[in-house]
Amino acid sequence: MKRQPAKMSMTETQEYEILIGLEIHCQLTSVPTKLFCSCSSDYREKAPNSVICPVCMGLPGTLPVLSRSAIEKGLMLALALECTPVTRLIFYRKNYFYPDLPKNYQITQYDKGGASPLAYNGTIKISDGHSIPITRINLEEDPGRLTYQGSIQTSPYALVDYNRAGVVLAEVVTAPELRTPKEARLALESVQAILEHLGSFESTLDGSIRCDANISLARGNRVEVKNITSFKDVARALTFEITRQRGLLSKGIPIKMETRHWDEKRRITVSLRVKEGEAEYRYFPDPDLLPIEISKTELSELKAAIPELPESRAKRFVLDFGINEETAKTLVRGKGLADLFEESSKEFKNYDKLAHLLSADLLGVLNRSEIDLNDTKITPKHILRILKLEADGVISGPAARDLVTQLVNTGDLPSHIAEEKTKITDKKLLEAEIHKAFMNAPQAVNDAKTNENAINYLLGIVMGLTKGRADPKETLTMIKKMLEKSRQ
Amino acid sequence: MSRQRKSSAFDIASQIRHGEVSCEEHISEILENIQQQEPTFHAYIRIVEDSLDAARKIDQRVKRGEKLGKLCGLGVAIKDNISTKGIQTTCASRMLLDYVPPYDATVVERIRKEDGIILGKTNMDEFGMGSTTEFSFFGPTKNPLDPTLVAGGSSGGSAAAVSLFEADLALGSDTGGSVRCPASFCSIVGLKPTYGRVSRYGLISYASSLEQIGQLGRTAEDCALLLDSIAGYDTMDSTSLRAETKDNLSRPSNDLDGVRIGVIKEFMDGTVEPVSKAINDAIGIMESLGATSQEVSLPSLRFALSSYYIIAMSEASSNLARYDGLRYGHESGFTDDDWQRFFSKNRAYGFGSEVKKRLIIGTFVLIAGYYERFYLKAQQARSQVRNDFIQQFKNFDVLVGPTMPLLPFRLGEKLTDPLALYMCDIDTVPANLAGIPSISVPVSAGTPIGLQILGPILGEEKIISVARIYEEATR
Repeated sequence: MKRQPAKMSMTETQEYEILIGLEIHCQLTSVPTKLFCSCSSDYREKAPNSVICPVCMGLPGTLPVLSRSAIEKGLMLALALECTPVTRLIFYRKNYFYPDLPKNYQITQYDKGGASPLAYNGTIKISDGHSIPITRINLEEDPGRLTYQGSIQTSPYALVDYNRAGVVLAEVVTAPELRTPKEARLALESVQAILEHLGSFESTLDGSIRCDANISLARGNRVEVKNITSFKDVARALTFEITRQRGLLSKGIPIKMETRHWDEKRRITVSLRVKEGEAEYRYFPDPDLLPIEISKTELSELKAAIPELPESRAKRFVLDFGINEETAKTLVRGKGLADLFEESSKEFKNYDKLAHLLSADLLGVLNRSEIDLNDTKITPKHILRILKLEADGVISGPAARDLVTQLVNTGDLPSHIAEEKTKITDKKLLEAEIHKAFMNAPQAVNDAKTNENAINYLLGIVMGLTKGRADPKETLTMIKKMLEKSRQ
Repeated sequence: MSRQRKSSAFDIASQIRHGEVSCEEHISEILENIQQQEPTFHAYIRIVEDSLDAARKIDQRVKRGEKLGKLCGLGVAIKDNISTKGIQTTCASRMLLDYVPPYDATVVERIRKEDGIILGKTNMDEFGMGSTTEFSFFGPTKNPLDPTLVAGGSSGGSAAAVSLFEADLALGSDTGGSVRCPASFCSIVGLKPTYGRVSRYGLISYASSLEQIGQLGRTAEDCALLLDSIAGYDTMDSTSLRAETKDNLSRPSNDLDGVRIGVIKEFMDGTVEPVSKAINDAIGIMESLGATSQEVSLPSLRFALSSYYIIAMSEASSNLARYDGLRYGHESGFTDDDWQRFFSKNRAYGFGSEVKKRLIIGTFVLIAGYYERFYLKAQQARSQVRNDFIQQFKNFDVLVGPTMPLLPFRLGEKLTDPLALYMCDIDTVPANLAGIPSISVPVSAGTPIGLQILGPILGEEKIISVARIYEEATR
């Protein structure tokens, strides 16, 4: 059943139907070479124009030779997204002049006039429960990169780096059935999680997943926003664009069919070009590449090689760890978080507690700080330490959450609690430390007679004085004893 | 007449291999011919400087008793659209005036491996677009038989060089007849192999789905020698065939006993009389050698020329898009704030008028809407042409006809009539559309009329052997 598009309340009186479609460009980073030559696909942090060869530079006389590994990874992604793969693969030339395109055409795939993409008709299941239809998946070459000084509009120059030119891209095209910027973000997240589970993709690599978005309000003209290079920005760019279009519509100004550029520094979209009808790319089959037959055997082998994907992993989490379905689904939204859970579960058996710390506390902090888990150095060791301190009663629940925040922000735990050190159990030493604590906080000693919390406060001081090395149970017993003694 | 004028390249290679002739002496003779004749005929754009050094090395290796390759010391001319590492490769275009490829085309690599000596880069119509070699930025090549006539094209420089003994062998490229046409006009042999037989890696593309690197020689045997040296699958060209390479040099039988020849009616119709008469005489000779002949009609051929030009121009418009002045090629000195204007200025300056015309038409026919009316229609016609040939090769071993429907004409004569010029290709383009091999052999020595012999896919062996038997009978 087709979903009803959302109507976002714009002003108190006006609502506009919003339709969003995405073209998600995923680099298949596990393919070792570029799509049509033997250059390394590992182009990041390299000197400009150093990871190039005559083929990816489009030098006169050179010819493309398709990477078999790219087809395999592309087909696996298609199968994972429940698409129908084609049996005959044909590449097309998309002709347009642009300085980042060495041949002034891009080798890609096409879906009209008898042509077919790599695969079509799939689904992106997003974590809010909706399913977004995929129209098609294309395999294509990434263009090079243009570097500007400051903004694209004011830069006095553009520098061209062809290191990226020819890197393998899978383009996932959705139907315009996303309803909110948040859904767009969730859709990207879902595709990324699948790519990560397939092992096709390293999300820590900058710009490895990007998208263009089509937005229309009230079934009016479609605006394409290009250059969205991160998850955070997809929601920002869409929100900006919706607000912009809403503003125009409310003043009765019609929306132009145009292509706009997301300026991530200024966080606005700027007009690149106004389209007069559909863009003219003069698609035709690339005569340098012969059609490639995909056999049923090959497809079933690839299908069999697909590892566990987020959806089934979540189901397994529910079965194996008894955590609730909602939490399990949250955990698998990124492979990093799911791995963190599964690794930590080997040593920490209170799975609900563990799952909650990760899916609620950790994810909450990450989202609020707009930090990607993959960009932090958080390991199961960190998580296990926090959980152990809490379980041992050394720290309280709120203190554990504070530690999670610190962990996200600093990438590590404070040094005095990071390591499990030899505990102080020697009663004389503890007695001396508790004395110091009593001297430092006479008010607490006084309050402790009537208030249980003050006892915990004193315990905290002792823990601080001993840099966490005091045995908490022993210390607590001794504090109580010493308080009683002082009362006598 | 010098020694080489009596010998085929095949014989010269054998003499050098056995120490009967020094390679240095042989190459010196060629360089002398070049020096004397180039001012008149202009076959070359560039002569490489180290060919004598290379020749001396061959002689040393012969003396040491080393085993040398198939092309043992032969001087080979390379059309200027085939990439040569470190040697300017211009496509006879101002656009690539300063372009020095950083790599060798696969065919050039293989020639070097077989101990051929690269002599230089030959003149051509800009990017292969032409049938006379008049559309060269460097000026036309003249016909070796009569310098007031065109040499044919687009590989006119390669054909003239071989004809003038300025090279033993030459490589050309044949997109719609560009090897066979000048071979016919210059009275030598030109071979266009099956599509995919020879790697295109390094051949600067004009129309990718049509073109093949072709061989030019003074005999069919010489063309076979060059073909055998360079043919075969290449990992760098996805369209190259994994077919077994046959030895096209093995001696054919002495006659054409039992060979079934189909004479293509559409080729004979519309051919000027001296040419059609010469072809009919040639067919008579083949019959006297034991062949049987019969006229055949391939009805789809009436679509061949227009389909060919639509496909060639479409592919060209995309293949030549990369020449924008940004990465390589001629430094026009233009600057502009706007990259689109910068590209436009470079392209307007760098390309000649024939190239521009074809790019504009090619761009037009690919536009959505026209694509269906022109490009797709042309592809359908192409399938019909291919099928017609497949059908005919069930009944015939080879098909024959004239290579060119007319005799070489005066320089400049057809420049004002582009359609008449395009019409010259009417008998050569069908082989390119069908991807089949075709060879042009002079009907008799020194006559600028080529007998075209077409064979089925991978039928080089057949057409070469028919050509050799015919050649020997008419020598």
